[in-house]
Amino acid sequence: MTRSILGFFPLRPTLVAGDHSSLGNHPGGGRGPVGKVDVTMRNAPSPASPNWAPAFAGVVLGGRKARSVLASVGLLAFVSGTASAQDAPAPASQQAPADPAAAAPAGDQSGGLVVDVTGGISAPMPIAIPVMPTSAVVSTPAGSTDVLGRQLADIVTNDLRNSGLFTPLSPGQLRPITFPEVTAPGFDYWGSTGAQALVQGFIRANGDGNLTVGCYLYDVSSKAELTRTGFVVPPSDWRRAGHKCADMVYTRLTGEGAYFDSRVVYVSETGPKGHRIKRLAIMDQDGANHRFLTNGQSIVLTPRFAPNQQSIVYMSYLNNRPAIYVYDIGSGKQRLVVANANLTFAPRFSPDGRNILFSMAQGGNTDVYRVPAQGGTPQRLTNSPGIDTGGSYSPDGSKIVFESDRSGGQQIYVMNADGSNQQRISFGGGRYATPVWSPRGDLIAFTKLGGGFRIGIMSPSGGGEKLLTNDWQDEGPSWSPNGRVINFYRSGRGSGGKADLWSVDLTGVNERKIPTPLDGSDPAWGPLRP
Amino acid sequence: MSKLSNILLACTALIAVSGCAKKRPAVLPPAPVDNNAAVDPNAGMNNGNVGGAIVPGSDADFQRSVSSNTVNFGLDMYDIDPTARAILDSQAQWLAKFPNQRITIEGHADERGTREYNLALGDRRANATKNYLAAKGVSSSRMTTISYGKERPVAMGSDDQSWAANRRAVTVVLN
Repeated sequence: MTRSILGFFPLRPTLVAGDHSSLGNHPGGGRGPVGKVDVTMRNAPSPASPNWAPAFAGVVLGGRKARSVLASVGLLAFVSGTASAQDAPAPASQQAPADPAAAAPAGDQSGGLVVDVTGGISAPMPIAIPVMPTSAVVSTPAGSTDVLGRQLADIVTNDLRNSGLFTPLSPGQLRPITFPEVTAPGFDYWGSTGAQALVQGFIRANGDGNLTVGCYLYDVSSKAELTRTGFVVPPSDWRRAGHKCADMVYTRLTGEGAYFDSRVVYVSETGPKGHRIKRLAIMDQDGANHRFLTNGQSIVLTPRFAPNQQSIVYMSYLNNRPAIYVYDIGSGKQRLVVANANLTFAPRFSPDGRNILFSMAQGGNTDVYRVPAQGGTPQRLTNSPGIDTGGSYSPDGSKIVFESDRSGGQQIYVMNADGSNQQRISFGGGRYATPVWSPRGDLIAFTKLGGGFRIGIMSPSGGGEKLLTNDWQDEGPSWSPNGRVINFYRSGRGSGGKADLWSVDLTGVNERKIPTPLDGSDPAWGPLRP
Repeated sequence: MSKLSNILLACTALIAVSGCAKKRPAVLPPAPVDNNAAVDPNAGMNNGNVGGAIVPGSDADFQRSVSSNTVNFGLDMYDIDPTARAILDSQAQWLAKFPNQRITIEGHADERGTREYNLALGDRRANATKNYLAAKGVSSSRMTTISYGKERPVAMGSDDQSWAANRRAVTVVLN
């Protein structure tokens, strides 16, 4: 079960100013048929050369954690930089790779092409994402590289479209692009389609079993490159390259954090309402790479990722003893978190992964506790006679938001991480439950109970309450890594009612169903994958 | 029975108008179901039937002997109302006759609550039931509790009657 995790990393510019010598001894210098790329080249040639290919410093392959290592001899240095749209565009066919020393200073995001995340939903940006060509069609364990190039473009297209902020051109408006064109776009054509941004990329089999994927973002009207990045991935992780590419485009154009290269853990449901078969399941946030983690023999509830994404904490009725467990994703093994307790539930990791917050019921009273993630003595944090449950840490770990019915009905409270200074923050009328702190720290999502159950957000002091959904029973919000999108589950009425996973944007407009093989509930969005 | 029907109709009207949570449900809950079988294939299999005869002291004997193995609760409530008390009194009598039998009390909630809160609410109901039985002389060491929250409803509709039926504590004799 161990999966290779690629080293994705922001790439250091390594081209020295002026060092743009093309490799004269490469066959087919200048435009021409694309030949096999020689990965042992030491210098980055001109993009006009059909054999031009970025190469990458600090590649790491395999292993369970991403680590950057210095480039070994034989690997090229990849140029990564943001080119300001103000740079005078040169004729693409003669242009040397953008020299980062002469480009706009790193971090200059004022390229003129900006997506307004609050107004953007009503006016999504038209964007062209043609199929990513390959230098040579090679069969790989992930598929043939030409097919992968099409699928990579699809991943980027779907990610960007599903954010609600972009309108990718329809396939009929796209045209195939050649390998050299990747770094020398046909801006006139793309401008005529109405696209404002253009995403081009390529895929290449490296010959050592890995794949190289390059990704470039262009401002069509300014005819300028905005940013580029690239990755070397094992075939098992090829989809992550697509998500990283989409994240590059999204972050560059919106200024928001990335979120496409992430996973969701949830409870897959099937069967009749009185006897649901519930299984832990994990998938990429776009629904791909779906896999069941438990077999359905015991009820399972409320799984949440550890911050290092190597394990999941959840609640299970294994052996008829409802308790919380930590499940190790790599080994498939799990361990009981709190021994000798009658009922433990509602678990969450602390942001540093060191503690697990959970609820424990004793003698008819439920309170919030904390226990070291590796096991130990639980420390009680709340002590009211009401039901205190559903704790969630602020991203800096200093505070906890939770729900309590100590005032007579479920309301939201915030306390310090040691349990002190418990203050109610929900005063909007009605009852509030399942509070979850955004990874950005700026908002708390919750379920509001009234006529129906609705997903809402409020500030950590309780102000600015906004309801994002309006269906019969929406519950259990979970935040995307960038704090802009919320997953939740929606239940239907009646004996045939089922639950499904849905997501909604902070503007409350882009509400969509998340495809799962069966029904689903209790989604928990994991962190951005490194 | 028409008088009972009138009472039930009146209660329905009261519930509808005032949201009163402590009245008897308008429709009596369906016959108790062995909820253990749904989650643990090993529990409840030995239900006491031996060659067709019900074994005294078994859960099957319990169910046919007491007025009900289930008590119900009002919305968000966990107090034992007069109807529940009568049912638990009959359970306590049977349990006194079979002092060696252990029981589990399952607490349940209806779907109109959030998942984690309902686990805690089911626990409250199971504990309230256990405490009442203990006050009636059933030894605490014979009793365990478990909460299923809203995970195992017995009535599948999304209406007041179904929800009332699902707000319950079920006493299960362990064989």
